[in-house]
Amino acid sequence: MSLVTRLTGPVVIDIENITKDYVMGEEVVHALRGVTLKIHRNEYIAIMGPSGSGKSTLMNMLGCLDTPTSGRYEFNSKSVAEMDDDELAAVRNREIGFVFQTFNLLPRSTSLRNVELPLIYAGIEPGRRMERATQVLTDVGLGDRIHHKPNELSGGQRQRVAIARALVNGPSIILADEPTGNLDSKTGEEIMDLLERLYERGNTIILVTHERDIAAHARRTVHLRDGLIEMDHAGFIPELDLPIAEMTST
Amino acid sequence: MKRFLYELSESWKIAAAQMRSNLTRSTLTALGVIIGIIAVTLMGTAVNGISIGFDKSMAVLGDDVLYVTQWPWKPVDDWWNYRDRKKIKTEYAETLNRMIAATPNSNLVIAVPTSNFMRSIKYGGNQVNNVFVLGTTSDFIVTSTIDCTSGRFFNELESRGGANVVVIGYDVADALFPSENPIDKSVLINGQLFKVVGVNTRQGTFLGLFSWDSMAAMPLAAFNKYFSAKSDSDVRVKVKDKTRLADAKDELTGLMRRVRGLPPEKKEDFSINEQQAFKSTLDPVKNSIAIAGLFITGLSLFVGAIGIMNITFVSVKERTKEIGTRKALGARRRTILLQFLIESTALCLLGGFIGLVFAYLMCFGIGKAFPSFPIHFSVGLVLLSMIVSIFTGLFSGFAPAWTASRLDPVAALRYE
Repeated sequence: MSLVTRLTGPVVIDIENITKDYVMGEEVVHALRGVTLKIHRNEYIAIMGPSGSGKSTLMNMLGCLDTPTSGRYEFNSKSVAEMDDDELAAVRNREIGFVFQTFNLLPRSTSLRNVELPLIYAGIEPGRRMERATQVLTDVGLGDRIHHKPNELSGGQRQRVAIARALVNGPSIILADEPTGNLDSKTGEEIMDLLERLYERGNTIILVTHERDIAAHARRTVHLRDGLIEMDHAGFIPELDLPIAEMTST
Repeated sequence: MKRFLYELSESWKIAAAQMRSNLTRSTLTALGVIIGIIAVTLMGTAVNGISIGFDKSMAVLGDDVLYVTQWPWKPVDDWWNYRDRKKIKTEYAETLNRMIAATPNSNLVIAVPTSNFMRSIKYGGNQVNNVFVLGTTSDFIVTSTIDCTSGRFFNELESRGGANVVVIGYDVADALFPSENPIDKSVLINGQLFKVVGVNTRQGTFLGLFSWDSMAAMPLAAFNKYFSAKSDSDVRVKVKDKTRLADAKDELTGLMRRVRGLPPEKKEDFSINEQQAFKSTLDPVKNSIAIAGLFITGLSLFVGAIGIMNITFVSVKERTKEIGTRKALGARRRTILLQFLIESTALCLLGGFIGLVFAYLMCFGIGKAFPSFPIHFSVGLVLLSMIVSIFTGLFSGFAPAWTASRLDPVAALRYE
């Protein structure tokens, strides 16, 4: 029940009626029960929902970390549902930039080496790797921290390194899973400002969160409940979203 | 391809960083491989040394000499067929030499008779027991590797006249004349005085196989005069072209049949042997020593490999989240597989290298302490142990690396 959708560009993600079942012991869990969703280039979308709503499952699906049990999933008009592990890895490498709640940086590598990693997997030669990684790190405001290791950086700086790493291959979407979850509110705001800037520069951002303040940055909000899309509307409408957000914020 | 190379170099860097950051663990794990490689390398060295020792001992026989004997140089089941053969007589040598001279284009050069007996030799208060006393002619020098350090071999005149002269081996000389020059001294053999005219060069002995170090050679005529009774005799024949040893053997067989006067239908009642025959008897022994030794020491390397496998499994477990992250960033299964294979291989190579250094030092030490033990450290062995290290690494890393590459990215990312 899409209310308003800001049509910004060609469709990047086209999901139709996807389901995902897990077998847990004797029981089959229906994590997604038929989700249909279209995401266009240069959208800023928040996916919200309480735990158990299928939010994480949908995120894994969108991020090509997992394939649906049934349904159609096209990423840039290419069907993802039948891809094998290596093809999925290639899509993740080139098309998707992951930003994790826990940053997931390699602890013993410098910022530069962390940001270089997706470029190595993309087969970019060392000289261009270094150049590109340095440039992206400078873009996120860490030009003077490129030789620091994660334990020499603050939480906000670590998340910036992670964002630089997500950006470095010029992906079609940035998939941020609770990007401010491990940060204090001030640093969290800084990270959200950075994402806002990236959005304004033309990036597509998918935010997975249960925090309404964070979701409020998005231009479109999708609510999930029990494996189904409950609501999908433009912007963040306090009257509409607050009660739900209230329920979901734990 | 380029991508593969980048991933490869990345994997080496990760492996190096991993070893540095887990120094104690890496060292302890590598210790298993170090010990394994030391064991295997030392055993390889010993086997190599034994082999060289055998060959050296064998070289005393000469590879261009045929031996006419009563018994063949190989184990026989039907010993009764050989026991009643006529003895080989020293006079055959002369007959054979006449025949060789009469044969145009003969592949045989000369036949030399030898008789031997175990005797003790005395000089002053010193005595050496069980000396291999050999009676032969001055031509003997042509068929053997004998080489006098001091003095000379007895000459033709002494040979024909049966003079009481003797050439002694290095060890005999050493025992009888600890502080004197043996030349022209008279030693006592079986109650007879013999003048020492030469001392043979030291040849070294191995496993008590043939060595001229504990022998004494005298003219056959003199030998027959004093010890004729029950000595063993044989005839050795020098071959002209050792690449045609089989032809020479056939020729010699023909000549010996004539000497013995055998009609065509009768089987030979003598044996003709060469170094090769002896070798083929000894080779299985040598090989079983090698196989058993390398198998046992290989087990210690195997234990080391299991240690590496174990630690790689631990490493995979510990870094599950990192593997998940790498997969999210686009690492393929192959990339992850390669990364952990290289980690285990790097560990094994390091262990192998350290082990090799230790093994080399040990060989050097053993070589200094026991010069008689033939130890041989070769480039081939170095290469082999490095290759073995690499294979150990690949072998022990494969199972954990495979597990890592198969991890589900979603589960791996969620792993705490």
